[in-house]
Amino acid sequence: MAIKDLPKEEYVLPGSAACPGCPATIALRTVLKALGKRTILVIPAWWTAVIQSWYPHTSFKVPILNIAFEAAAAAASGVSSGLKVLGEKDINVVVWAGDGGTYDIGIQALSGALERNTDFIYICYNNQIYSNTGIQRSGATPYAAWTTTTVGGKREFNKDMGAIVMAHRIPYVATACISYPEDLYKKVMKAKEIRGPKYIEILTPCPPGWRFSMDKTVEVGRLAVETGAWPLYEYENGKMSFNGFSKLILEGKVKRKPIEEWLKMQGRFRNLFKPKRDEERIRRIEEFIERMWEDFRSKV
Amino acid sequence: MIKYDVVTTISYPKKGAMGKTGGWRAFKPILDKEKCVRCLRCWIFCPEGAIIRKEDDSVEIDYDYCKGCGICANECRVKAISMVREESK
Repeated sequence: MAIKDLPKEEYVLPGSAACPGCPATIALRTVLKALGKRTILVIPAWWTAVIQSWYPHTSFKVPILNIAFEAAAAAASGVSSGLKVLGEKDINVVVWAGDGGTYDIGIQALSGALERNTDFIYICYNNQIYSNTGIQRSGATPYAAWTTTTVGGKREFNKDMGAIVMAHRIPYVATACISYPEDLYKKVMKAKEIRGPKYIEILTPCPPGWRFSMDKTVEVGRLAVETGAWPLYEYENGKMSFNGFSKLILEGKVKRKPIEEWLKMQGRFRNLFKPKRDEERIRRIEEFIERMWEDFRSKV
Repeated sequence: MIKYDVVTTISYPKKGAMGKTGGWRAFKPILDKEKCVRCLRCWIFCPEGAIIRKEDDSVEIDYDYCKGCGICANECRVKAISMVREESK
């Protein structure tokens, strides 16, 4: 599949409230191209609720249910059941929540919806921070990253949300990155055809939050995959498989690029390099990523 | 457009819900149509959807809404887009 094969139809209208270079609208444009107009989005209180723009207008061409931060997955369960009672078929119920709303605040509602076997797609838009409220740490923030609440760099490593979701043994789990739109499109198309709960997590580099120039959004995402900091995988019928560049890394056909290339592009990791190189913390990051890949190799 | 008769407040879709966001721009993307190979990378990566894809897969920039982030210029493999500082209005 090439970029040319993606549908022309747009569901995100120009002139929204998003910052220039925002990865949220890049991701949402591709995701909605795959989902089509028979889609209901459930959006908790986060950045995308802002991008929708102000009443009485919205920048999105699909119906949206705005709901409290912790309730997105629960609300989607309600929408999904409601549609069943009305006899409506082929409507995609999709939660579009951030990493704060997924890893931290929304995790109990998400876990419940997965356990109840709700027929919906849960998309976690992972920019590794609470960006809407001004860049605070979340459970997805990586080790040593600066945020306004981790000024010297975060002391803890991020959680493995993919593994938490897979532990619910749902039919489909996938990770994607905005820099690979064909891969993201294919995964959403696949999720659409499966009944039951589906979970897709998209890595979305945030220029003001990660401290890089706004024209580099896609490049930073691509480097995250090429350095192995972000894996692209799918989990179906209890089995994991890897896609694109991540498949080559897993099979040992290419060597991951050094993690430093990705770290150095982002101002949030500046404390690792200035005033002097922090060998200890860089080594810990490298070890963490290597361990993650060894763990993947043992699962495939 | 269908208007719905419901008790709760609802918003309706509109192009330019925040006005003509082209005014936010500091740098303007200029497309060199001679160099363009119609790969559509700029179109799919534009956060704003401000790159218009035409029937023949050629592209055009919608300056009314382009916020000037420069992703299109950074992602273009044949360097057909260059960023030029906006002149003061």
